[in-house]
Amino acid sequence: MNVDGNAAAGVLSDLFVHDMTAARAKCAGCGVIREIAELLVFAHGMGTVVRCPDCDGVVMRVSRTPTHVWLDATGATSIVINLAAS
Amino acid sequence: MALISRGFRGRKRSADVAERLPPGQYETRDFPVLSAGPTPRISLATWDFSLQGADGKRVRWTWDEFNALPHSTVTTDIHCVTKWSKFGTAWEGISIDTLLSEGAAKGITPSPYVMARSDGGYTTNVPLADLMGAKAWVAFGFNGAPLAPEHGGPARLLVPHLYFWKSAKWVRELRFMENDSAGFWESLGYHNYGDPWREQRYAGDE
Amino acid sequence: MNPVVNAPRIAWRVATVADVIPETPRTRTLVLDVAEWPGHRAGQHVDVRLTAEDGYQSERSYSIASAPEDNQLALTIERLKDGEVSPYLTEELRAGDQIELRGPIGGYFVWDVSLEGPLFLVAGGSGIVPLMAMLRHRDSALSNDDVPARHRVPARLLYSSRRWDEVIYRDELTRLAEKDETLEVTHTLTREQPSDWTGFKRRIDRVMLEEMTWPPSEHPNVFVCGPTPLVETVAATMVDLGHKPERVKTERFGPTGGAV
Repeated sequence: MNVDGNAAAGVLSDLFVHDMTAARAKCAGCGVIREIAELLVFAHGMGTVVRCPDCDGVVMRVSRTPTHVWLDATGATSIVINLAAS
Repeated sequence: MALISRGFRGRKRSADVAERLPPGQYETRDFPVLSAGPTPRISLATWDFSLQGADGKRVRWTWDEFNALPHSTVTTDIHCVTKWSKFGTAWEGISIDTLLSEGAAKGITPSPYVMARSDGGYTTNVPLADLMGAKAWVAFGFNGAPLAPEHGGPARLLVPHLYFWKSAKWVRELRFMENDSAGFWESLGYHNYGDPWREQRYAGDE
Repeated sequence: MNPVVNAPRIAWRVATVADVIPETPRTRTLVLDVAEWPGHRAGQHVDVRLTAEDGYQSERSYSIASAPEDNQLALTIERLKDGEVSPYLTEELRAGDQIELRGPIGGYFVWDVSLEGPLFLVAGGSGIVPLMAMLRHRDSALSNDDVPARHRVPARLLYSSRRWDEVIYRDELTRLAEKDETLEVTHTLTREQPSDWTGFKRRIDRVMLEEMTWPPSEHPNVFVCGPTPLVETVAATMVDLGHKPERVKTERFGPTGGAV
């Protein structure tokens, strides 16, 4: 478990062109909006799970197979990237 | 064709090891833990295990009630999708066959598909047929000792003929389903069934 | 900042062995030149793949030992008695040989100076490898003259080994600690000690951790790496001592050499 959003950013950097550390996600579980850097990251041999520190809901899940990267972001109602900051 | 490394030969694979290893696996003597931080500690006083029918009917056991059911022991090989296999692991638990018959006596009718649910929200789906006939257990003992938390204790599902992600750690419930539904990894690129002998690791693998 | 990567990190790349450096009787460091290496963060690892002439393949994961600032990639590998891959990597490979690797992998067990400190590292045996990458990065990134910067990111390493001659990076750790008052390196030798040894002689336990770490009020970043029993004990103890679980990051090694 860890509050270091650079962990999430590392995982997301394969998927997003922008640096995601400062992007803000709205948790679909409790509605709280937080910077991705503040979310809890659980890395696992099979994939990565990003959870909301407020309600423990899963905000994002990412796995990597030999041929694909899978992202489930249904736990985030929205993700906002500030172009001026990235 | 991948780059050949000069002089690499691989372990001399004895015939019996070669037979026991599914394709793409290697044997480990260790028991790797796939998790990333301190493990959850669950209180036995509040632990329970349930079977839930597709109609919503439910039977529930407390830890003491669960342990009072007839125990089984099984020694088996296990295979993780991250490529390690461990031979001859010894488990103690309650067979799913026992749980199904106890459930039937209390009016729980099974359905063709099952979703296992764990503490923390993890889920995995298994066909009922793969849980019956001495093929699956809810295990609480490993190598003669209580199952350690980092390995899924107090109790985990044990379905050794499928990749080990199907053997859900910290299992709390088996929920019957009329239709199949993808669990946690099955909905994120991993194979829906997961037979190591056909190397069904990822979605799309034959 | 994470560089934008053109080639996907899941792609296999060719790595050419530039040098094989003995560290201890059972460990060697492979210094590699990797085609189009995208860079990495301290704590990450790579997957290494070997293919035999008959097509048989074997893969293992190894932590990166080198700092992100270095031009070449270094992997430190322990030869395991029963191993299939480690004896090849530590005894057979020579300069000029090639292996395949992919990565860097891992977004969780990573540290760089921007995350600041204090930095508390606990290593068991070959678990020192990713933590060494962190210390090497710290040394490269913080100028020797910038004493205030080093004081903002103090670091302590508690390193458990069986014997003095099995301590990996022993001399380099001594040198780093000697020149930097903000870095403390403490060893415990659990099986055998030199006759003049005045340090710890036992497995890492609660008393030792309490003595060596910062209190929870200082919010240290904690990284624990090594064999599973050590990691489990240390992580649970740190949480018991009051450190938030999210500040205690763990990586478990097994004889397979696997990270995570």
